[in-house]
Amino acid sequence: MLAKIKQFLGMEAKPKELASKEEVEKVAEEKAKPRIGYVHLSGCTGDIMSLSENYDILAELLTNMVEIVYGQTLADVWEMPEMDLVLVEGSVCLQDEHSVKELMEAREKAGLLVAFGSCAATGCFTRYSRGGQQAQPNHESFVPVGDLVKVDCAVPGCPPSPEIIAKVVVAVINGDMDYLQPMIDLAGYTEAGGSDLQYKIVNQALCIGCGTCAMACQTRALSMTNGRPELNEDRCVKCGVCYIQCPRSWWPADRINKDLGL
Amino acid sequence: MVLGTYKQITLGRSTDKQIQGISQDGGIVTALLTFALDEKIIDGAVVAGPSDEMWKPNPVVALSSDEVMAAAGTKYTISPNNWVLKQAVRQYGLEKVGIVTIPCQTMGIRKMQSYPFGVRFLADKIALDIGICCTENFPFESLKTFISAKAGVDFDLVEKMDIGKGKFWIKTQDDLISFPIKETHGYEQNGCKVCLDLVSELSDISTGSIGAPDNWSAIQVRTDIGETVFKQAVDAGAIELKPIDEGKFGLEMLTKLAKSKKEKAMKVIDERKAMGLPVPYKGSSEKEDPLANV
Ligand SMILES: Cc1cc2nc3c(=O)[nH]c(=O)nc-3n(C[C@H](O)[C@H](O)[C@H](O)COP(=O)(O)OP(=O)(O)OC[C@H]3O[C@@H](n4cnc5c(N)ncnc54)[C@H](O)[C@@H]3O)c2cc1C
Ligand code: SF4
Ligand code: SF4
Ligand code: SF4
Repeated sequence: MLAKIKQFLGMEAKPKELASKEEVEKVAEEKAKPRIGYVHLSGCTGDIMSLSENYDILAELLTNMVEIVYGQTLADVWEMPEMDLVLVEGSVCLQDEHSVKELMEAREKAGLLVAFGSCAATGCFTRYSRGGQQAQPNHESFVPVGDLVKVDCAVPGCPPSPEIIAKVVVAVINGDMDYLQPMIDLAGYTEAGGSDLQYKIVNQALCIGCGTCAMACQTRALSMTNGRPELNEDRCVKCGVCYIQCPRSWWPADRINKDLGL
Repeated sequence: MVLGTYKQITLGRSTDKQIQGISQDGGIVTALLTFALDEKIIDGAVVAGPSDEMWKPNPVVALSSDEVMAAAGTKYTISPNNWVLKQAVRQYGLEKVGIVTIPCQTMGIRKMQSYPFGVRFLADKIALDIGICCTENFPFESLKTFISAKAGVDFDLVEKMDIGKGKFWIKTQDDLISFPIKETHGYEQNGCKVCLDLVSELSDISTGSIGAPDNWSAIQVRTDIGETVFKQAVDAGAIELKPIDEGKFGLEMLTKLAKSKKEKAMKVIDERKAMGLPVPYKGSSEKEDPLANV
């Protein structure tokens, strides 16, 4: 996996720290621009909207650093080309043969496949679908893309924040594998929900009542009662963010020290 | 390294008589947060404020010095301060938030800042994190048990609680009652047993009573932000300093207690790993410095 990402980035050793402007320009000059595709399955477009909120880096990114070679409304192509990296937004509906086919083809044609946003990564709120609705009552079963194809890297969030997207872009440009490692690990986290806090933190004698989960929940499904998270199932969209942000689920110590200059 | 990375270590206390009267130790937390508010370094602060129940804290967003002062003093039970950070930014519209955190809360904030997966436009609004020392914390029912049942004190009469010199102290208007801290064992929350951080190693400025004489605080200034704010507060006369004693009751004691907390936690972490239970930290054989908070 690591080798594959490094190859994609066209670098053997890990280069320097943050992307200085010169560095970014150098990368842009020296390398062929990575060919990026965007596959939009059953998601609400929130993920790409969040990406586009990075106004400050977007212009540079799109004009000089990457080439968008595939994507509805993003590129005027019908045939899916070979891609270095494909971002997949949305879960995949098993009854929708076009979606299934597009996903399979994306896996075949892309070097790296990123589950972008919680719908792609965990299924998120599409997990609740039971079919029987217009416009296609037959569309019933929505699963995270990892159920059908190998996912190299997941960026969950409903939607992922503009900041995490910017950080991922910078890490990819810098070949900063340490930063991306948790997202490689998260590719396997496909069954998520607020109850993970109970199963994986509280039941495991790890919860310390910090409240980070309840702060992070994007739907206010969590509150804190007697120092422990309390889930309102009716509000939970199964995005997995609460568990991912919990300081007791995984702990990126080295990165934090580096970010703080400690 | 058992005290984390810091630029400066010193003793200090608030010069404000009112703060001295209400704070737990040297009043460093309250002094720094009120100073930062006055100087507009922050436009609000998350603190463990009062609730309907005595000694049960409720995290609140304080917008004035008075509200910060109302939250002074240690409550030895869980106050999920991180929870209200989003409220501070979204509902109160704050741009520069200050917060007081025990080490595990500091860790939650720092992880969110480095990996803000689902947390939008909040990471960069945390302008100041004052960390406080913490050996362990207690569920509210535990606290009730040893105040009411063990020490036989009416909760409503308690004026101050403190841990120090190996004892748990309960101060009422007429009495000072204490029992050995050992007797609280078994009542602490379980998650604390794997905690490797005594001194809030990742905060901007951390402070606690260990290593300081009564009514003074030991302080570690850690980040660039922390250094700037601390210097301003000292220059403005909000905090007075004196050097920390290097010996047995000063730095030596702080180092010793930080080390022993880490050693105990590492033992539990290794045991948990051997049993196949999850732990977010590395086992002692998996890291260079077996006591590092990784
Ligand atoms: C559970 C717990 C255990 C502690 N254990 C130790 C220890 O072993 N050794 C040591 O040296 N110090 C310990 N402390 C810290 C110590 O008791 C003082 O809080 C610290 O020295 C700051 O004192 P001060 O006079 O500067 O703060 P003050 O000016 O009195 O302000 C204290 C601040 O702490 C906040 N606070 C109070 N209770 C909590 C809470 N439960 N959670 C989060 N924030 C809270 C308040 O909002 C207030 O802003 C502990 C604190 C807590 C909360
Ligand atoms: S973030 Fe984790 S440790 Fe903190 S309160 Fe939630 S479940 Fe507990
Ligand atoms: S509780 Fe909130 S953060 Fe957690 S999975 Fe449900 S919606 Fe997402
Ligand atoms: S001992 Fe650690 S985990 Fe427990 S309350 Fe204190 S800082 Fe949090």
